[in-house]
Parts: sequence; C-alpha cells; structure tokens
Amino acid sequence: MSELRPIDRIAGTAIPLRGNNIDTDRIIPARYLKAITFDGLGAHAFEDDRGSMPNHPFANPAYAGASILIVNENFGSGSSREHAPQALKRWGIGACVGQSFSEIFLGNATTIGLPCATAAPEDIEALMAAAEGDPATTMAFSVDAQSIEAAGRRVRLGMPAAVRDSLLTGQWDATGLLLDRFDDVRRVATSLPYVQGF
Amino acid sequence: MGRTLLQKVWDLHTVRRLPTGQTQLFIGLHLIHEVTTPQAFDMLRQRGVGVAFPERTYATVDHIVPTLDQTRPFADELAEQMMAALERNCREFGIRFSDLNTDRQGIVHVIGPELGLTQPGMTIACGDSHTSTHGAFGAVAFGIGTSQVRDVLASQCLAIEPLKVRRISVSGALGPGVYAKDVILEIIARLGVRGGVGFAYEYGGAAVERMTMEERMTMCNMSIEGGARIGYVNPDETTFAYLADRPFAPAGHAFEGAKAWWRSMASDPDAAYDDVVELDGAAIEPRVTWGINPGQSVGVSERIPDPASAAADAGAIGEALDFMGFTAGAPISGTRVDVAFVGSCTNSRLSDLREAARIVRGHRVASHVRALVVPGSKDVRRAAEAEGLHEIFREAGFEWRGAGCSMCLAMNPDRLNGREVCASSSNRNFKGRQGSPTGRTLLMSPAMVAAAAVSGEVTDVRTLL
Repeated sequence: MSELRPIDRIAGTAIPLRGNNIDTDRIIPARYLKAITFDGLGAHAFEDDRGSMPNHPFANPAYAGASILIVNENFGSGSSREHAPQALKRWGIGACVGQSFSEIFLGNATTIGLPCATAAPEDIEALMAAAEGDPATTMAFSVDAQSIEAAGRRVRLGMPAAVRDSLLTGQWDATGLLLDRFDDVRRVATSLPYVQGF
Repeated sequence: MGRTLLQKVWDLHTVRRLPTGQTQLFIGLHLIHEVTTPQAFDMLRQRGVGVAFPERTYATVDHIVPTLDQTRPFADELAEQMMAALERNCREFGIRFSDLNTDRQGIVHVIGPELGLTQPGMTIACGDSHTSTHGAFGAVAFGIGTSQVRDVLASQCLAIEPLKVRRISVSGALGPGVYAKDVILEIIARLGVRGGVGFAYEYGGAAVERMTMEERMTMCNMSIEGGARIGYVNPDETTFAYLADRPFAPAGHAFEGAKAWWRSMASDPDAAYDDVVELDGAAIEPRVTWGINPGQSVGVSERIPDPASAAADAGAIGEALDFMGFTAGAPISGTRVDVAFVGSCTNSRLSDLREAARIVRGHRVASHVRALVVPGSKDVRRAAEAEGLHEIFREAGFEWRGAGCSMCLAMNPDRLNGREVCASSSNRNFKGRQGSPTGRTLLMSPAMVAAAAVSGEVTDVRTLL
C-alpha cells in the first residue's frame, strides 16, 4: 500500500493565468490522452493555447520554474481527465490558487496531491499583479495555515475541510483509507437490493 | 420533511464517515473504457492490490475506436496500445468487456442503459465526465479521474463530499422541432457553466415527465456542462418500461420487486431542495452555441451577443467571438457550416437518428458540407439499419459509420481540419475540442444538425418539419 505523504508548504515563484472557465481540453488537448501512462504530459500543458497565443504565460520563459499557479473562476471545467492536473504537476506546479475550481478537477488534483485553494477576487488580482510585475516574486503557500504570502502580503485561502485534512494527514491518496474497513464495505454491498438480485 | 433521491441513494451507499470528513461511498456500478483506466490498473499492480468486486465493473471501448476501418491492429499505434491494455486488464482482473468482437460495443453512456446495467437507485461512477447521463434513470452517477478509478477498482468505494440539490422544473410542452438538447442548452445558458458547481441537478416538471428515456439521457448528459457533476430524473413508469427485458435488468418476479424499490427511491413530494429553478418549456426554441463553452448559446431566431452591450462577461464574449470569427449582433441563423456531425454520448441514440433522418429524407447534403452519422452503439446501428435509416442518410450524402465517440473529441481519425465550422450534436464547443486547434463547433440538436447539413448553414429546423 502507498505510504502517507503529508502535503503542507509549497514555496516558489508563481505563474498567473487569467481567464474564467479554462477547460481541461485546453490544459491538455485530447490527443495527448492517447497513452497508457501519464509520462511526458508536462511538456504538453496548454500546448494549443501556447501555439495560438504568443503571450501565454506557459510560453513565457520568465515563468518556467514556477510552482504556484494563480487562476480565476471555474478552472478545470469540462472533461474528467486526470491528465489535466497530472500535466500541471509534471510541468512543475505544486499548488493552485484560484477564485474557484471545477469539482471534478478539484477532486482529481487532490487525489494526486496537488492542493487547490480559493481566494477572494481582489486577492487573486493582487497575486496575479505581483507575479506579472515581477515573475521572480516568490510566494509561500501553506495548506495548514490556509494562506499564501507574497510581496509582504498574506492572503487568506479557502479549502474544504476534508480536502485540507486529507492533504495534511497524507491521506489524499485514499486507497488505503477505503480498504481500511473492508467488512463495512461488504456489509453495505450486502444491504443493497440490486446487489442481492431483488 | 421528505428526502430527495440524492439523499436516499447517498445514505444507502454510505459505508462510513472518513476521518477526513469525506463520505466513503459504495459504488454500485463502475463503467470503464480505454482512455482513463490503463494507469489505474498499473497502480493496482504496483501496490499489489486486486479488484474488489470485478462483477460490479463493466468495460467497453469507445474514444479511440476508428469508425471506418476497425481491423486490428489499428492503424494508429497509440490507439492499438490502449485497446490492447484494456483487453489485458479485463482478462487479468476478470472484468466483462464489450469489445469490438461482441455485438454490444458502443459509447459507454449508450451501452450502460441499453444493456440494463444502469438502474434506478444505484451509484454509478466512470472515468468520464458525461457519466451524469445515467442519472436519467434515477441513479446517482458522476465522472471521476484515473486515481479515483483505481480507488473504485481496489475498494468499490470513493472518498467524496456530499452535494446540494437544485430542482430544475420545466413546465409545459416543448414545441415541434424543440428537443431535450435545446432544453439543457437553455438551462446552461441561464444558470451558467459554473452555476451547478456544488450541486446535483434534479430535473422535473411536466416537460421532463413527458420525455422519453433517451431525451432524459440527453439532458442529464450535459449537466456537467453546467458545472453540475450529477444530474438526475426521478424514476417513473417511463423508466421501468425502458428497463423491462434489457439483458442485465432484473427479470420476472425480481423485476416487480425492483420496481417497488426503484419507486421508493424517487424524491418525496415534500423533499426540501437547496434551490429551485423554473422554466417554461413552451418558450424554448431550438438553440445553437456561438462561442467556446456550452453556456454560450442563443435561440436560432436570435443574434450573436455584442460584448459592448453585455452587462457582464464582456471579456469572455470578446474572446469567443475572436476565436469563432463571428460578428457581434449578427443572426446565428445563416452561419455557414463545413461539417455536420450526428453522434456522441449526448445524441447518438435511435430516436436522435430518427429525428435527423426525418429532416434529411428527400434532401441532399449541401455540396460544401462533409456530413457523418455515428451511431452510439452497435445496437443503435443495427436498429437504425433495420428501419432503413442508413439508406436515408447515405442517399442524402451522409457517411454512415461504426459506433464510437468519433468527432466529439477526435481521439480517433474523425476530426475537423483547420478552421472548419462543425454543426455538431455533441456536448462541448471548447477551443480545439474536435481535433483541430482552430476548429469551431456549433452545438445543437441532431435535427438542427440535419437541417444545417442540407442547407449548408445554420437553419431553423422548424421550417423543414
């Protein structure tokens, strides 16, 4: 079984990506889902957007080493492809801060140990402005403190309690937890009329 | 106070409250396909874990399947690898698989219901966001990612947070030429592509009660496009009649017992909802998307929005118009199309093909349009051929293909080229969705796609009825 790996602090520079409803087809185009591993996905993150928008932050060498992604509303909408957070993680992202996230994306990101936290629109704007003003600006993200610090400013972050707990206790990889009391699983299965054939 | 279907199903499937505060939810049916599972099976192997309830998982192949030449090995080496991996994984872990050699292959969200695997009161998960389709039966069905597929294979459970319920009631009767697709596009336009985040959508009201199961599937399918991971309709006589005599549905005496239980799972009349939205079904007209997300649609008689007169989202409208190359304020009707695609898990069932054929009959596809019909499953294809629908399509100039996801997401040879504009019965008009980074998608009902195919431009299908 997997060992527990608590996740709390991620520090580094940040990459600002403006726009609402940035969907998972844009994060990783479907043609890169034609593979039986997640290897190499990082190189294809936002590939088509980079091709069509020369100023796309993921095409800007100044953000090449960034570890914190700053986004606006409903980031990761659309397809349930885990390839999207996998591509971001493999590109080098260790944490995301946004106004809001699509639910399936948030679940997938958490399950692979990529924390996503929300912040107020004015705070997102300030973080984006800081990273745009000077891409070398370092930020310190903490799951435990539910905050991100940048340029002398401390921003309060939101995160569902269960997500926060699973990251801090290292149980974001849920397999072990779900197998922990397998007798209970069997009990529920046995209680369901459709499992029993009515 | 009564309970909703979601609460009833959730409670019955709750194994325990996890130390993290999440619910450990038992999954009654796990559907799998070739795209989102190979890594999950590898993770099981790495951890030395088996599949807990192999009999509760069912596999098919759909995304990468060529719809023209299905001989093995596939011409696309990567597609062949994925197909071979699923074959190996199903064999090794004892999972049933509707592969290309069976007569039950098709899009996962078409074959699940068709085979009677999908039933009311179940929890259903699949590594695909359009799993919400199965909610049409009064199941709690939602999409998951690959690591969660691993969790379901290993434990038949997920760690998940509960959702609120928004009741969406559609009153009245839909007009001629107006379909479930138009209703869901209207709902998404009204509530927004992120309006459903945190909610399950319960669809009801006279217009929904009157819908066939296939229409209900179309509505529930696109719940996720409105941000709602789950959409469902309470099970009723229409549901039960559809399920009778399906291969995996209970039969005989068990079917009667099942019906009583299924009925009991429906939301109580006095159930409390977190939100309620009402729409007049009679006021809905055929809809067409003009932008780059499924919330950006207008009625076919309306004009493309102008960012200058938009109160909110002017930036989003501008970005969409730039990408689409459309003019603000222009009528959507008359927009020239290059490709017409009838297919996808949203609209590739027999009734969709019948409605499209009804429009196409006696017409020719416009000379500049490439048109294809891709049935959702081998079973749909057979049934359509038995009625002669394939001949109507072929005579009109449509290509008649094998079952698969095809041009909805272009993980197979079917795709847009360059900046082609596609009238599509699929579910997503995201930038690049149909295989060309600059390709453009107009979402609409299958009948509207047929109308666009024969007239070569976006056309109000009601003028062709």
